[in-house]
Amino acid sequence: MSIIEVDHLTKYYGKSRGIVDVSFQVGEGEIFGFIGPNGAGKSTTIRLLLSLIHPTSGTGKVFGKDVVSHGPEIRRDIGYLPSEVYYYEGMKVIDLLKYSASFYPGDHTQRIKELSEIMELELNRRISDLSYGNKKKVGIVQGLLHSPKLLFLDEPTSGLDPLMQRKFFDLIRKENTRGVTVFFSSHILGEVQRLCTRVGIIREGSIAEISDIRTLQQNNYKKVHITAEGLSPEFFDLPGVTNVQTEDSTLHFFFKGDINAVLQKISSIQVTDVTIEEPTLEEIFMHYYE
Amino acid sequence: MSANIFRHEFRSRFKSVLIWSLSIAALTFFFFSLFPVFADQAALLNEFLAKYPPELRAAFGMNNMDLATVLGFYSLLFIFIQLCAAIQSSNYGFGLVSIEESELTADFLLSKPVSRTRILTSKLLAALASLLLTNLVIWASTFLAIEAFSEGRAYNRGTLVLVLFSLIIFQLFFLSVGLVVSLLVKRIRSVTPYGLGLGFGAYVLSAFTGVFGQVWLELLTPFKHLDAAYIVANHAFNMPLVLLNLAVTLVSLSASYWLYTHRDVPAVS
Repeated sequence: MSIIEVDHLTKYYGKSRGIVDVSFQVGEGEIFGFIGPNGAGKSTTIRLLLSLIHPTSGTGKVFGKDVVSHGPEIRRDIGYLPSEVYYYEGMKVIDLLKYSASFYPGDHTQRIKELSEIMELELNRRISDLSYGNKKKVGIVQGLLHSPKLLFLDEPTSGLDPLMQRKFFDLIRKENTRGVTVFFSSHILGEVQRLCTRVGIIREGSIAEISDIRTLQQNNYKKVHITAEGLSPEFFDLPGVTNVQTEDSTLHFFFKGDINAVLQKISSIQVTDVTIEEPTLEEIFMHYYE
Repeated sequence: MSANIFRHEFRSRFKSVLIWSLSIAALTFFFFSLFPVFADQAALLNEFLAKYPPELRAAFGMNNMDLATVLGFYSLLFIFIQLCAAIQSSNYGFGLVSIEESELTADFLLSKPVSRTRILTSKLLAALASLLLTNLVIWASTFLAIEAFSEGRAYNRGTLVLVLFSLIIFQLFFLSVGLVVSLLVKRIRSVTPYGLGLGFGAYVLSAFTGVFGQVWLELLTPFKHLDAAYIVANHAFNMPLVLLNLAVTLVSLSASYWLYTHRDVPAVS
């Protein structure tokens, strides 16, 4: 069953673009990575699904229900960690968390205690006295305390030190094994690579590609380095060759397609060295941006 | 209505309610402490006032007040109470939703499982409770001040109650107009200039109606809709204007609900 179904979703802010014709689905129990540069429309997509903003056209469904007409009902099972965390400055951390918990049925005191111990969050400090990283921790506890079935994480790791990031990832993985679906937006590929099973790449408001993270890395692109005497870039002018760079007598390029075509070319010349490897996600990513 | 939002909102405004209430109470006592002097020298005072151009008296709404009587004197004081009350309730109106947006806590609240209609209702009721509390203090301090300084001069209690009662209607106007304006503009960075603007603006407008005798301007400002001098003179509200006032309040409130439920919450940065 699809937890999130986005169908031709479009959002314009007046005349400026938010997202255009975005469609994708996220299945139950998935950790879906949503990557793209700043301003690509990641936050817009999340805010549409939380009905913080209203779509210009298209629909979004969460748990099979339309986000515009069933917002409150849907949000009962959603946890949201915004990219920038801002809370009522005058409140104490514990009061804010209790206020947050009061919106959800049941008693969450134990869970607040557990989560803040994991994240090493001091409950008696004032929000206004907290550093950015500590506010982020409040956000994490606040997003998880009601044991939601779906988590929206919008650039969650900014401001967290590496140790906390690891604890946070462990926490998310643990939630995921309980069956929680995670929608993870980020522009840092390393963390997406570590956590996600499937990724959507968004660029200038449109989806550039949605794919399994393994497919993205293994099947699609190869990074090829060839060293040979008197090699010219024109020699490898094949369909599927991109990002050609020459460095002394070495040629670097990306290749997508049947690798035999390249191998035949290579075998027809005298080479000193050949390397064919998988590109990092970072490189694939840059490729989409160009 | 969500009790948790109501409680949160009421608490966050409590300090402001305290400051406004105590300031207005202090103003009432200070002003009324001068009453014995005015009352004793009534003839002299009225003679003195008669020398001022009628336009000037009208600007302060003093053209049909007898400062030698308790209620006449109170209706002059009441203009200043109204001015404070107007600024207070405009501030609450302008800030009701916009503070949450400018301090960027709107994401927190609106991603919770409550509908916007419920959020707005809870916020409005919390603001109403804050205003009622202020009114309670004003009622109490008015009766105490009169008790302390009127030196047993007689006055019509029913009329005074009517004047005091007009204040909450007056404040609801500013609360709802402030709210609807805050939802019509894209973003309010600071509430105070808007609140002062609306409160003072309405007061200045009512002063102008006095000076220039432009009767149609009366239609625009609650200071005229609920003019204490009129209530004291007639022992009744100016019903057509009060109904107009209530109509504006209701239209603003309905428009606010529509605008708020259709609003795109501005993102951070």
